[in-house]
Amino acid sequence: MEPILSVKNLGVRYGGSAEWAVRGVSFDLGRERLGIVGESGSGKSTVGRAILRLLPGAEVTADRMRFEELDLLDIPERRMLKVRGARMSMILQDPKFSLNPIERCGDQIAEAYRTHVRATKRKARAKTLEMLEAVQIREPERVYDLYPHEVSGGMGQRVMIAMMLMTDPDLVIADEPTSALDVTVRLEVLRILDGLVRERGIGLVMISHDLNLVRNFCDRVLIMYAGQVVEVLDARDLDQATHPYTQGLIAAQPRIGGDRGPLPVLQRRDSWVEGAA
Amino acid sequence: MRRRVIPDIAGQAGAILVTLAGLLILTFVIGRIMPTDPVRAIVGEDATREVYENVYRQLGLDRPVWQQFFFYVRDVLTFDFGTSIRTGQPVLQDIARVLPATVELATFAIVIGAGLGIPLGVAAAVNKDRWPDHVIRIASLMGHSMPIFWTGMIALLIFYAGLGWVGGSGRMSQFYIGLVPERTNFLLIDSALAGQWDVFRSAVNHIILPASLLGYSSSAYITRMTRSFMLDQLNQEYVTTARVKGLSRNKTIWRHAFGNIKVQLVTIVALAYGSLLEGAVLIETVFAWPGFGQYLTSNLLIGDMNAVMTCVLVVGLIFIGLNLISDILYRVFDPRTR
Repeated sequence: MEPILSVKNLGVRYGGSAEWAVRGVSFDLGRERLGIVGESGSGKSTVGRAILRLLPGAEVTADRMRFEELDLLDIPERRMLKVRGARMSMILQDPKFSLNPIERCGDQIAEAYRTHVRATKRKARAKTLEMLEAVQIREPERVYDLYPHEVSGGMGQRVMIAMMLMTDPDLVIADEPTSALDVTVRLEVLRILDGLVRERGIGLVMISHDLNLVRNFCDRVLIMYAGQVVEVLDARDLDQATHPYTQGLIAAQPRIGGDRGPLPVLQRRDSWVEGAA
Repeated sequence: MRRRVIPDIAGQAGAILVTLAGLLILTFVIGRIMPTDPVRAIVGEDATREVYENVYRQLGLDRPVWQQFFFYVRDVLTFDFGTSIRTGQPVLQDIARVLPATVELATFAIVIGAGLGIPLGVAAAVNKDRWPDHVIRIASLMGHSMPIFWTGMIALLIFYAGLGWVGGSGRMSQFYIGLVPERTNFLLIDSALAGQWDVFRSAVNHIILPASLLGYSSSAYITRMTRSFMLDQLNQEYVTTARVKGLSRNKTIWRHAFGNIKVQLVTIVALAYGSLLEGAVLIETVFAWPGFGQYLTSNLLIGDMNAVMTCVLVVGLIFIGLNLISDILYRVFDPRTR
């Protein structure tokens, strides 16, 4: 299978920092769902943003970073503008912050479309309403005219999903798409996203710190620690993880009916980091 | 949301009334506690005791304070602000003459100040810590720190005396004074209405230098604030969203981030405009601009209390008006306040 995205030996260093926030990250992505799991600060979001080339002031290096026929390391920003939002997009974490507070939800979605497709306002609106329906919003006409502060978190995130799938991208990066949502609507939003991604054959990178979520909604899982990938597993084999860090993450999950004693403290060893002294 | 409009307007009107009442009390108190003797100011140093006491009674100063306040409020409500001792004319008439001169200057200045300050502030934020940011910050610091009477004189020396690009002091050339019928007292409007384009050109020539200097000095503040508002917005997630959609940096900044700082900009531009309207005494003095600031200051110095109290009232009203306008613009620019 020809991969949509192929990353080899990706490294990212933020401006003015001596430490690499991400290093030696390699993976291929087909039309599948790949989970990237790790703690806060493990570099998982940075990987997502590096692929979209949205890390101003950071140093990004790689042996290879290809998206379909494009060399992401090489193409000028001018061409990147035609790719970003059209063929690859990203779902951000919290609709409370990721939607522009002073613009109507519908207009924000329509903008994603009109940035890449020449269309009249009327056509963009029709397309937006269609998309709102696709993310299972019952009254698209009404929601189109609402401002972000007038919608719930779950609805806001559906607006976000609609916005990012508007142009039928081949690659979607979902950066903790449900961690800001109420537990009760999390599953609903994930099902919608999952349904659309499968139906349209989109390659999905799901960045999360939730192992159960990744287990249920991804095909493969990358475990990141301190900016590096420590283990790659099929999602269904997560329990057979061999790396002590992954085992630690799994052990740290509370279980219904399980032992109510204190959760084990997650171990961290310098020796897991390649090239550490 | 729509049904909240009427109570909102009522609330706003109520707040304005309360502010007005406070303002009247303030001006009244200023009139009483000033260390000048209003009677002496009228009768002069050599008046006899009899004359003094007559005027004292005429002014109602023998009545209880609450009665005096009542009379004051009554006078204000009937637009009777008394006569200025210094000019010998009704204060209202004086203000109708000097305020337009200042409004003209301040409006010109704020257009320059905001027109310069806002784009520069955005440019500084977008290029944070790179050379354009440094240059803009130094320029705005200079505008902020140089005393305006000094820049005024230097600018006159260079652009008027040296290069001859602009007119000198006053609102127009001596030659044209009295040529244009005074309808609004806004010289630019009056001369245009009268079709006196020579006068109009002369007026523009004279206003451009003081307005630019005032504009530069208020742009310093506007630039600094715009920069910091913009920096706040550029760190917001919706800016990332816009970039992810494929918008260029410029479009993201102007279409998305800028929309979100409009509300804050309205406030600071309104404040800057307000302080310009209060009268820029120094620049009015340097440029012999017969404006509100000069009028207020010279009356204050000789204790012409009718004029001073009225001027304070006018300044208060200006700020109430500007606040009202910026409240309305809030509603226009930010859906969350509707």
